[in-house]
Amino acid sequence: MSSTAQQTPLQAAASAAPRSHHRPWWFRTFVTAEFLIIALLALVWMWATVSVDNFDGPLTVRYLILDIAPLMMIALPMTLVIITGQIDLSVASIMGLSSVVMGILHVQLGMPVPAAAALALLVGLTCGAVNGFLVAYVRLPSLAVTIGTMALFRGIAVGLLGTTALTDFDPDWTSLAQSSLGETRIPAISLVLVAMIAVFAVLMHATPFGRGLYDIGHNEQAARFSGVNVARCQLTTFLLTGVVSAAAGIFYALRYGNSRGDNAMGLELEVIAAVLLGGVLIFGGRGALHGVIAGVLLIGVISSALRLEGVTVNLISIIIGVLLIASVIAPSVAAGIRNRRRRPPPPTTDAAEGDPMKGTPQ
Amino acid sequence: MTHHPVQRPGALAAVGLSAALMLSACGGGGEDGGNGDAGGEDLSITFLPKNLGNPYFDTSNAGGEEAVDEFGGTFSEVGPQEATPDGQVQYINTAAQQGEDALVVSANDPSAICDALNEAREVGVAVVTFDSDTNPECRDVFVNQASAEGIAQTQVELVAEQIGGSGQIAILSAAANATNQNHWIELMEAELEANYPEIELVDIVYGDDDDQRSFDQTAALLQTHSDLDAIVSPTTVGIAAAARYISDSAYAGEVALTGLGTPNQMREYVEDGTVEAFALWNPEDLGYLAAWAAHAVATGQIEGEEGDTFEAGRLGEYTVGAEGEIILDDPFVFDAENIDDFDF
Repeated sequence: MSSTAQQTPLQAAASAAPRSHHRPWWFRTFVTAEFLIIALLALVWMWATVSVDNFDGPLTVRYLILDIAPLMMIALPMTLVIITGQIDLSVASIMGLSSVVMGILHVQLGMPVPAAAALALLVGLTCGAVNGFLVAYVRLPSLAVTIGTMALFRGIAVGLLGTTALTDFDPDWTSLAQSSLGETRIPAISLVLVAMIAVFAVLMHATPFGRGLYDIGHNEQAARFSGVNVARCQLTTFLLTGVVSAAAGIFYALRYGNSRGDNAMGLELEVIAAVLLGGVLIFGGRGALHGVIAGVLLIGVISSALRLEGVTVNLISIIIGVLLIASVIAPSVAAGIRNRRRRPPPPTTDAAEGDPMKGTPQ
Repeated sequence: MTHHPVQRPGALAAVGLSAALMLSACGGGGEDGGNGDAGGEDLSITFLPKNLGNPYFDTSNAGGEEAVDEFGGTFSEVGPQEATPDGQVQYINTAAQQGEDALVVSANDPSAICDALNEAREVGVAVVTFDSDTNPECRDVFVNQASAEGIAQTQVELVAEQIGGSGQIAILSAAANATNQNHWIELMEAELEANYPEIELVDIVYGDDDDQRSFDQTAALLQTHSDLDAIVSPTTVGIAAAARYISDSAYAGEVALTGLGTPNQMREYVEDGTVEAFALWNPEDLGYLAAWAAHAVATGQIEGEEGDTFEAGRLGEYTVGAEGEIILDDPFVFDAENIDDFDF
């Protein structure tokens, strides 16, 4: 990540990427990072349908949705965090912690599932508050804060249960977590996902709060001067990642009927990969929800297809890692090519200084 | 003014295309998945151990592959890196999607993987558990490594043989409330009373399956009972700790030691003479039998009802017992003659 340099290629990408209004409307609508990722998703889906045995089988969509549900949930608030130019690496640890809290309250202490889930959500909200307070009010870099709380929350989760797994969840609830809609094979969790996507789409694209997040990502100073309460917005985004991660942890515990300290280990990387693949700029200020949804589905389809091919977990990680890096460098490569051809080079304003997570002049 | 409308997207498309190419390169032609309705030749059988890279399961999977080769099917082996139930669920789901004819699984949890297994069974996958069972309603049959009676009897026979049929013995067990061990000890006591009146069981101590505590308990046993002739430890942690104590003490060669242990743990004590023989099951035979059981269920030869019988290659005929349980055999005895044939 760049620090205070005036015009690295990545910053050039940031400044050059959006809103070139001299292009025709169809170009601005369809030739975007979002639509390219949707095209890639369609391509990979077609490849899998044609050349992976059983990918077109009746169970694929069901397991695909069940597998990506936690990823999809967390990717939504993560998009908000990254649009403001921050990052939250502690999401998978919060998931693990909330699944452990569920297990202890429900399985060990016999509390009903709704009450245990409510307390697990509260734990997630608290975790988000810790992150948000340190980033928004103490003004610490989110990379450092959340890499610390990633270890902290995971440590608490593993410490609470040790190496034991709690598995005696109420079977009514575990079957509810993987139940289907009526006679179809579509999991019921899809309804929750669609509702959450709708809420976040409105929040991001149709409220002053959402516009404020983009402003912060473009230029924090300017946002502040134009009346955006930067600290409160940032705190809110971290509260959202905290509570949604806890919800994902509850779903995970119920779906697998399993509460362990190491649940969802490493999921934060898949979440961030999905968000960046979906066209959200790592430096903030740019991104849209339809791209993120395609990014999540792309990761799900790749994992599902490769597992059907009998490919090992390690190779799936390699591919996701490569795609993540590709999605970070693609905008800057594209901007580099464009800048070289364009005469004269685009005028640049001063890069925002002081915040290492941001370098997005506007 | 000239525009170059395809440049940035061009670069992105290039990245996308290369990713797609890489993916298709990874693809290749998978073998034909089964169609779930079994019956014909060429069964596809997937082994799902608790985790990969575990020598015990490497041995049992080798046995499984041998059996699959014999009856002519496709053997594959998948599994999580860590022995967790949620890690196994994805592989169970995948086997259901692939329409495998049979899934042979060693469960990381008796209940957590149940729903996934039952979903697989609904689409026609025969489910056989081995080594570690699930709840009986989640699988067709369970291939058990040894019966409690067999384990108790083999250990009593081994110790009687090693001390010449008479003398004082003690038991070094796992935890005081360990279900398996307590059941075995009860059966051993009954066996001693019925058939070995000359052997006296003087003490039972508990090492809690902790290496240091088992080591200390061995020392205490030998000090308290000066006439002790043998120690029986029906737990792999206990027997290894006791062997380490005895081999370095004045009791080496004086006090016999036997029980349940793994060849890799016990090899040096068999070689230095501390331990004459000990027992466990043979994981290779276990995997071999599990694959034949999967064959029998997938071809509809058995349904997992009590009394069903099937052929299991070189191991001969087996009968399904209560609750769909198939018992491999009496435990396998390891001694200086055969221990080098095993690596687990």
